[in-house]
Amino acid sequence: MAKVVLENISKMFGKVAAVKNCDLTVEDKEFVILVGPSGCGKSTALRMVAGLEEPTTGTIYIGDRAVNDLPPKDRDIAMVFQEYALYPHMSVYKNMAFALKLRKFPKEEIDQRVREASDILGIQDLLDRKPKQLSGGQRQRVAVGRAIVRKPAVFLFDEPLSNLDAKLRVQMRAELSKLHDRLQTTIIYVTHDQVEAMTMGTKIVVMKDALIQQIGTPLGVYNFPVNLFVAGFIGSPVMNFIPCRVLSKDGRLMIDAEAFQLPIPEKKAPYYQALAGSEAFFGIRPNDIYDRLFAPEHLKENAIRAVVDVIEPLGSEIHLNVTAGKHNLVAMVDTQTNVRMHQEIELAIDLNKMHLFEKNPPNLRIAAE
Amino acid sequence: MVGSETLGKRVLGIYLPLAFFIFFLLFPFYWMSLVSFKPTNDLFELKYNPFWLQTFTLENYLYLFQNTDFSEWLKNTLIISVVSTVLSLGCSILIGYALARLRFPGSNFLGVGIFLAYLVPPTLLFIPLSQVIAKLNLYNTYWALILTYPTQLIPFASWLLMGYFRTIPKEIEECAMADGCTRMQALVKIILPLSLPGMISAGIFCFTLCWNEFLYALIFMSSGPMKTIPVGTVSDLIKADTLFWGALMASAVLGSFPIAFLYSFFVKYYVEGLTAGAVKR
Repeated sequence: MAKVVLENISKMFGKVAAVKNCDLTVEDKEFVILVGPSGCGKSTALRMVAGLEEPTTGTIYIGDRAVNDLPPKDRDIAMVFQEYALYPHMSVYKNMAFALKLRKFPKEEIDQRVREASDILGIQDLLDRKPKQLSGGQRQRVAVGRAIVRKPAVFLFDEPLSNLDAKLRVQMRAELSKLHDRLQTTIIYVTHDQVEAMTMGTKIVVMKDALIQQIGTPLGVYNFPVNLFVAGFIGSPVMNFIPCRVLSKDGRLMIDAEAFQLPIPEKKAPYYQALAGSEAFFGIRPNDIYDRLFAPEHLKENAIRAVVDVIEPLGSEIHLNVTAGKHNLVAMVDTQTNVRMHQEIELAIDLNKMHLFEKNPPNLRIAAE
Repeated sequence: MVGSETLGKRVLGIYLPLAFFIFFLLFPFYWMSLVSFKPTNDLFELKYNPFWLQTFTLENYLYLFQNTDFSEWLKNTLIISVVSTVLSLGCSILIGYALARLRFPGSNFLGVGIFLAYLVPPTLLFIPLSQVIAKLNLYNTYWALILTYPTQLIPFASWLLMGYFRTIPKEIEECAMADGCTRMQALVKIILPLSLPGMISAGIFCFTLCWNEFLYALIFMSSGPMKTIPVGTVSDLIKADTLFWGALMASAVLGSFPIAFLYSFFVKYYVEGLTAGAVKR
């Protein structure tokens, strides 16, 4: 249990920056998720906390100690790797007891802690097996168990669920959340999967190109992304982005996307006033687009016409890939929607949920709250 | 392979060539063993079939142990081979590990340098080495060979082990270090147990080379009873134009036995070690 602070951390591999000027505070008992596309530097950041990489600049604190010069073994961290990294020549029991043995714990305590952890994870019956006799999910449990027995100040997870099949991943996701609740300890978790980030974290850190893009609660990041990248990365299916021009027409602000024009809600208009006459990206999430027939009454007036290209019925919802003018959009519509491919459909858009992003990189979002 | 392999095809394509090959390889051993168990008179008797045993005798082996220093040679060879192998393996583990895992300036250069050292032929190297041995006053001692053999053993063993270490996922070691190991502990407790096949093949390679080595042994250690089996066999059992065929072959049989024994037990690991990293497992 400890606070972790990264202060102006950078890591260069030769001339390539893997992490640039990273400032991050992980509060005690927080479940922080570093998320981003592969190569964004999230794993490197985690490995620096673990002590497996040395930061080029900056200081890392675990608890109150600056740990830059401490080897991994003295940092009081436990790490779980994507490839499990179980010791193949040791039984599950020995794998879990290894760290405690190194620290010369008495035999009885080792035994007690291993039993306790294996009870939590439901691997009591596997203790005598060798790693190669386990399935992927079981291996992952053992890897987590090996970390738990240590009772470390900080848990580090490096994409631990990436090698599991989809169903098991969902199950393990819930178990890790429960585990965090039970252990009440600091967790830093790296993943490229935005679903894991949204569902498990108490705080998420979105990274791209070695830079932290945004830090916030999952819903905060989802609802108020700082830029186009974060907006597109968090949320599934991905937010629609349409290049447009902001117009002032008869005293009302409008979005002009050539194929359609939409009025900006009065609540948001003051924030967007400065954009009048310039280009921007209009952003709207697929779940804020409705089949007009089934849309709430107050949304029906803001509708656009589009041609259906692909229909993806998922049972609980239907995803439509549509074309409006030259723009492709994805809409998540009601299951009662009755439409066929190449047909035209009227889509109502909830403009209270719209976003506008600057035209030029870094495509910052215009705050409208 | 799935297909139309009929019995006839198998016999013609697999068993026949294999049988020929085995015969071709093992015939010298057969003849060698045969001669070692024959009385000397039988060897020169033309009416006897040279490829068959008429009278069985152990007199050649007795001669070897009673009239020559064979037991001394055996002891010498064993001590030198074992110590050189252990020494070389120890060094090679450290070198191989450093080359496989550590990032330090000049690591590539060092790796290539060590490999190039392996390419220097012993026939060239013995000239400067003999100077060194003379200066250190080591002629005719075990150390003369124990210290010179690693010049050939370490480069090859280092490269072999480096290749093997690279096949072990880095995460396992990193995990060990996060679990509380120093780098050295991680090497000893985690990497070495996992590298057993690689170490066995490197060990067999080193031991075989030491056991059979002739040139250095002849130059650096060849007076009185201080001889290895290859040198002793040739120098004491061939007197001018007199060849003690029976004893020569007995010595050869005894000399090749340990190596044959080693290979037959560890051949599985040997192949595994040499081909490590060739395919993804």
